[in-house]
Amino acid sequence: MLQGKKVIAVGERDGISGPAIAACAKAAGADVVFVATECFV
Amino acid sequence: MPDVVISAATQVLAHVPSLARHGSKPRRELAKHPEVAEKFTASLRTFDQAAAYPPHQAWIGNIHPRQLPARPWMANSGEPQRRGRFGEVMPEEEFFGLLAAVDDFELFALSPEAAKAGAATLAAHPLAKAFDLDRIEKAAGDIEAIAGEAKALRLAEGAVMRCAQSDDESLAAHVLIDNLAAKATATLALLHLLDRSGIDPKSVDYVIGCGEEAIGDRYQRGGGNLGKAVAEAAGLTDASGADVKNFCAAFVPALVVASSLVSAGVFNRVAIISGGSLAKLGMKFQGHLAKDLPVMEDVLGGTATLVEADDGKSPRVRLDVVGRHKVSAGGSAAEVMKALAVEPLSRHGIAMTDIDDFATELHNPEITEPQGSGNVPERNYRTIAALSAAKGDIEKADIAAFVTQRGMPGYAPTQGHLASALCYTPHALDRLTTGDARKVMLLAKGSLFLGRMCQLSDGMSVLLERNGGG
Repeated sequence: MLQGKKVIAVGERDGISGPAIAACAKAAGADVVFVATECFV
Repeated sequence: MPDVVISAATQVLAHVPSLARHGSKPRRELAKHPEVAEKFTASLRTFDQAAAYPPHQAWIGNIHPRQLPARPWMANSGEPQRRGRFGEVMPEEEFFGLLAAVDDFELFALSPEAAKAGAATLAAHPLAKAFDLDRIEKAAGDIEAIAGEAKALRLAEGAVMRCAQSDDESLAAHVLIDNLAAKATATLALLHLLDRSGIDPKSVDYVIGCGEEAIGDRYQRGGGNLGKAVAEAAGLTDASGADVKNFCAAFVPALVVASSLVSAGVFNRVAIISGGSLAKLGMKFQGHLAKDLPVMEDVLGGTATLVEADDGKSPRVRLDVVGRHKVSAGGSAAEVMKALAVEPLSRHGIAMTDIDDFATELHNPEITEPQGSGNVPERNYRTIAALSAAKGDIEKADIAAFVTQRGMPGYAPTQGHLASALCYTPHALDRLTTGDARKVMLLAKGSLFLGRMCQLSDGMSVLLERNGGG
């Protein structure tokens, strides 16, 4: 599904972190162009 | 290793509706949407509403968080009570006087009427002797002329903050009022601590700041040391100080550092202080206004905690039961909690059910939920309970009971360092002395990634134990 797609990975501090999302997206063949984790509290 | 105790802890609130619009979010959003400003102003709470608000009553120690009434708390408020066993809720008029009284550089200015009101109310305060009331008189001036000075910031009808240097962003008026408000609230909490504990101010050797402010100039933006500034303002003439910075998690590392200094014999008494974060006032106001709620981020917190050698009665800080989130640990909520809540207890063979109270991030959900941020403490407690079940300390069916019995509703303002375990410290002292608890665990988490220097979060935990055996 993500093969060859560009992905912006924005994680949440109480959920899944940005780097974890990015690692999964990369493994699925995505081109991760931005990674960050944010705090919404 | 000699035992160390927490012998006193206090916390205060300053109700500052006029300053709410100077929080980072309203400052940006109200400038872009002036039509919202009117609703913002109309949605600010009165002092009586803020003082009666049940989470604030839990904050100043008139009730335990588990005694909070059913939500919505705004609708279930009792009578306003300004003072509590841990501190007080200070009205804005008086707080403006306090800002002037702790302003060493005469940057905060008041109209003659506001100065007179601030001085009169502070003169009648139980801690009046500790305040430099002459400074309030000196702060009075032609407020319209001062507001017209370069880069001055109009805070309220009768209050203006000057900048210190017009071309230094770190010394801009909105930065300086953030720092001065932190100094004032922390000083007030420390003065309450001195008053309530009855200790000689000269007996405090060191003061550690653990708040969110960034004090400095353009060449050293986070230079810091609010600890020493507050020590001076509170009359601790024989103390020095420094700050521990770790985003919202700073209190627990500060407590561990302070306790280590006492345990090692470097100092006898160390105070840990923090002030409120003005930048976070009104942070979630859009969610509140959208649901016709009042702007609930209208108070600044202040805290003070005293650490000293074992006095035979106060709760002990178990320096051998400290949890830390290692660089190599995972960043998911469960991995962070494993590092903080499971590992240090497992290391000592302590079951998670041996802990009477877990104090984690105790943000008030009535503030966070309308903006879509959910119930932070509930999420944390469910994670801790699930880890307890995974470890085999409880059955899966007992998760809800674990959350109710060992957790609590959030009641802290959304100034993260206050919410991150720090706000429970005076309650923990009660529970571990006059109450029936034997062990309380403090857990703090911080979002390091926000500063864009690494992708990590951080956290630290420490066990507090009833004196004479947990």
